[in-house]
Amino acid sequence: MRDTIAPLLDVAQLKTVFHTRSGAVHAVNSVSFSVAPGELVGVVGESGSGKSVTMMSLMNLLPRSAEIVGGEVLFEGRDVRAMNRAELLRLRGRDVGFVFQDPMTSLNPVFTVGRQITERLRKHMNMSKAEAKMRAAELLSLVGISDAARRLQDYPHQFSGGMRQRVVIAIALACDPKLLIADEPTTALDVTIQAQIIALVRDLRQKLDMGIVWITHDLGVVAGIADRVIVMYAGQIVEQGPVRELFARPQHPYTRALLETLPSVTGARSERLRTIEGQPPSLGGAPDRCPFAPRCAHTFGRCLTENPQRIEVGGGHDVACWWDPQTGEMRHV
Amino acid sequence: MFAFTIRRLLFAIPTLLAISFIIFAILDLAPSDPTGNLPLTISPEVRAQIRSSLGLDEPFPIRYLLWLKQFFINEPLNLIEGWTGWTLGDGERMRVTSWATRSPVVDLIIERMPQTLWVVGMSQVIAIVIAVPIGVISAYKQYSWFDQIGTFVSMVGFSIPTFFTGLVFIVLFSVHLQWFPSIYDTNHVIDSWDSFVFQIKQMIMPTMVLALATAAQLSRYMRASMLDNLQQDYVRTARAKGLTERVVVMIHVLRNSMIPVVTVIALNIPTIFGGAIITEQIFRVNGIGQLLIIGIQGADIPLVQTLTFIFAVLIVLFNLIADVLYGILDPRIRYE
Ligand SMILES: Nc1ncnc2c1ncn2[C@@H]1O[C@H](COP(=O)(O)OP(=O)(O)OP(=O)(O)O)[C@@H](O)[C@H]1O
Ligand code: SF4
Ligand SMILES: [Mg+2]
Repeated sequence: MRDTIAPLLDVAQLKTVFHTRSGAVHAVNSVSFSVAPGELVGVVGESGSGKSVTMMSLMNLLPRSAEIVGGEVLFEGRDVRAMNRAELLRLRGRDVGFVFQDPMTSLNPVFTVGRQITERLRKHMNMSKAEAKMRAAELLSLVGISDAARRLQDYPHQFSGGMRQRVVIAIALACDPKLLIADEPTTALDVTIQAQIIALVRDLRQKLDMGIVWITHDLGVVAGIADRVIVMYAGQIVEQGPVRELFARPQHPYTRALLETLPSVTGARSERLRTIEGQPPSLGGAPDRCPFAPRCAHTFGRCLTENPQRIEVGGGHDVACWWDPQTGEMRHV
Repeated sequence: MFAFTIRRLLFAIPTLLAISFIIFAILDLAPSDPTGNLPLTISPEVRAQIRSSLGLDEPFPIRYLLWLKQFFINEPLNLIEGWTGWTLGDGERMRVTSWATRSPVVDLIIERMPQTLWVVGMSQVIAIVIAVPIGVISAYKQYSWFDQIGTFVSMVGFSIPTFFTGLVFIVLFSVHLQWFPSIYDTNHVIDSWDSFVFQIKQMIMPTMVLALATAAQLSRYMRASMLDNLQQDYVRTARAKGLTERVVVMIHVLRNSMIPVVTVIALNIPTIFGGAIITEQIFRVNGIGQLLIIGIQGADIPLVQTLTFIFAVLIVLFNLIADVLYGILDPRIRYE
C-alpha cells in the first residue's frame, strides 16, 4: 500500500553528530524512514536512542552543538536541507507541527499563551488580530481547555503541566499541518485527557489527511493508534514494520525484549518500556559492529565485525540483525 | 504591585533612619572643628560662641535629633516653599549649614546636582545603547571574532579604573588631537548653537569615561543572559513555529534576557554616582562628586553627612526600583 502513495516525508541516511568536549556523539546514525499522508508512525526505543534528535534534525531545530553531517530529507519531494531560509520558515510554520517533549519549558514564560498561538497564525495564515484570537480560542477548546477565550490572556506559569502540554499541542495544530511530529505528547496528561487528545489527533488525521510521527514509551498507545512502528536503538532504526506484523512477528532481539517486558499489548498506560538488562550503548563513533551486541543473547562472530543493514522480511517489515528468529540461525545475506 | 511598592517605601523609612544614625555617629566621632580653619587671631571665647551657635554644645542625641529635624522636616518644607512660592509657618527655620561656606548644604547640592545628573544620566543611556547590541551579537555569534574582540575589550574596560581612562582620554583627545577641552567650564552658558555644541563637547569625555566602564560590565551581563536564554526550550518552539531569526532572537530571547540585565542596570546606578566622584574630579566638573571631595578635604561635616546620606537614599531607592522593574518584566513574579 505504501508504495502507491507518494510519501509526505522521506528521510534517507540521516546522520547527526553532537560535538562535545569528550568527542563526537553520533546521536543519529544513517536513519531512513518515510511517512505517507494520513499515516501514523509510532517511534519507540529506550531513553537516549535518538528519537528526539532524529525529529529535530528533520527541520533543523537542533541545538548549536549538533550538526547534520549527511543524508537527505524530502518533504513532498522537496529537499529540506537545500531549502532557502524563506522556504524553510514556511515549511516549519505552515506545513509541519511540532510537539516537543518537555511541556514545562516549551513555552516562553514572558508572553501570554494567546500571543504564542496567534503569533504563528498571523505570520503563516495571514490572519488579522481578531481572526487569530478567535482561532486560538477555538484551538484551546479543541485540546480540552475550558474557558478558552479568557485563558488566552494567561501566562504559561498559570497553567499546570498537562495544560501546558495541551497548549503546545494547540500551537502545533494551529495551521492544520500536513505533518505532525509529536514527541511524547501525552506523557504529562491523565488517562482521560490522553484518550481525548488521541481521539482528536485521529480525527484530524482523517479530516486533514495529516501524517503523524508519534514518539512514545508507551507500547500500548503504539498498538492502539499506529499504522507502522519504528524501533530505534543507539541512533539507528533496528526494526520497522506495520504495527500488527511487528507485534506478531518481532524480529530483532531488542524488539523482542521490549515486547517481553510489556505485560500485555493493551496494558495500562503507565507500562513504560522497562529497561533491558545491560548498559545502554555509547555513541562514540560510527560502529563497525552491531550496537546491540553487548546486550544480545544471540551474538555471532559477524555481529562484532559488521553492523547489519536493514533487510526486508516481507510485508513491509524490515530488520537490521544477522539473526533469524525463525531458524535460530544466521541470516544468509 | 502598587501595594507592594508602597509597602517597600514604608520599609525604607526605618532602613534609612538606621543608616542616617550610623552616618551621623561615625562622622561625629571624627576629630574636626568647625573653627579650625579660622585665623589664629580669633580668641577662644569667640570660637566657643561659634560652636554653640552651630549647636555643637548639645549632647550627641540632641544633635542627632536636631539634624533629623533639619533634614527631614525643615529642608523639605523649604524645598516646597521654593517650588510653590507659598509660605509655610513663619518661613524661618534652622537649616543644615555648611561649616565651610556657611550656606545651606541643600542649596549647594541643588546647585551642583544638574551637572552630575547630566553626566551620569547620559553615560547610562550611552552605556545601554552600546552594551545591549554588543551583548546580543556576542551571544548569538558566540566564539566568533566579534565575540572574541568584544570579550577582550570589555575585560580591558572592566579592569582599567576610570581615573586612568580619564587621563588617557585627556592626553589623547585634548592634548594631542585637541578635539575636546580637558577642563569643564562650569560657567558656560548655553545661548546659541555654538555654545550648545561647546557644551556637548565638554560633556563628551567625562560622559564617555563613565559610559565605557559601565558598558564593559553591562555587555558581559547581556551576553551571559542571552546565552542562557538561547539554549532554552522555548527558543526551539519559537523556531518551530516558523518565526524568523530576527523575531526569535530580538523578541523572544531578548525580552527574557533583559529581565536580569534591567535589574543590574538599576542596582548599578548608585555606583555610577560613586564613579562620577573620580571622573568629576579629573575633568573638573562641578557636580556633587566634586562637592563631596571639597567637603571631605575641608572637614565640612554637615556637607559630608548630607551627601553620604543622599548616596544611601539612592542605593535604597534603586534597590526598590530594581525590585519593581523585575516584577513588571517577569510575569512569574507577583508580589503579594
Ligand atoms: N545537547 C546534547 N549534547 C550532546 N549530546 C546530546 C545532546 N542532546 C542529545 N544528545 C545525545 O543524543 C542521544 C539521543 O538523544 P535523544 O534526546 O534523541 O534521545 P531520546 O530517544 O529522545 O530519549 P528520551 O526517550 O529520553 O527522550 C543521547 O544519547 C544523547 O547522548
Ligand atoms: S546483529 Fe547480532 S548482536 Fe546484533 S542484535 Fe542481531 S544477533 Fe544480536
Ligand atoms: Mg526524547
